[in-house]
Amino acid sequence: MNSLADFVLVSAMLFGIGIYGLATKRNALRLLFAVEIMINAANLNFVAFGQFLPFAQAAQPSALGQTFVLFSIALAAAEAAVILAIVVVAYRLHQDVDVSELKSMQG
Amino acid sequence: MADPTFIAMMVVTVGSAIVALEAKEIVYGAIGLAGSLFGVATLFFLLDAPYVAVFQIAVYIGAVAVLILFTVMLVRQERWAKELPTNALSKFAGIATGLAVTIALAFAVLDTGLFSITQTNPADFVKIGELISTGYAPVLEVLALILAASVVGALTLSRVDKEEKK
Repeated sequence: MNSLADFVLVSAMLFGIGIYGLATKRNALRLLFAVEIMINAANLNFVAFGQFLPFAQAAQPSALGQTFVLFSIALAAAEAAVILAIVVVAYRLHQDVDVSELKSMQG
Repeated sequence: MADPTFIAMMVVTVGSAIVALEAKEIVYGAIGLAGSLFGVATLFFLLDAPYVAVFQIAVYIGAVAVLILFTVMLVRQERWAKELPTNALSKFAGIATGLAVTIALAFAVLDTGLFSITQTNPADFVKIGELISTGYAPVLEVLALILAASVVGALTLSRVDKEEKK
């Protein structure tokens, strides 16, 4: 039988991996991967806390958690499309996907 | 104690997340990301949330992962595929930060009584549909606007002007 803590621990691991990726990677696409992994960790937490009983009693928050995750997934899809477009434009302008080289907007 | 299925899917999810970030070729990284998203979808199935799981597979693997793969393969350039070197210090700092966050969160979880919570109360589709179409209908409409705006924005950004082309 799975407990709530198992899912929360997986979510913590995914979040840690996402932070590692955001901190070390310089390729813009890898940063997108890291952000997607972190969004998935958050979604997993939402559904997990919504499904288990003491949290799921009043007015069926289980459905509420799932509803928010549906919204979150749709938002993440929009975000991925915009990031990919920005990466393509940045590549066309600078011939590079290294984010530490994109300094034209640096103050 | 967790089921064997859960442990297997946990290994798949976390393992392919690491592959997504560490694979030499970025195409394999994108496939690793798709694997990780699929792993999260199976965890949703294990959580008795099949609707969210199917939505995750349709949107993330069907749209986002395929979009990334197409971008990587259509704009096929040497520099995209190559892994940019990170210096040892920042790599160490990144691993340390990630591990510290994970361990801190894990200790916070172990400190609570979450392990004793095993009983689920799965919601039915009707309730989700009701929430989306009544109380949260404005959110849905704003989300539709955001999606439309982001698609138009992405198209405008990535359009190649005729003068620019030559």
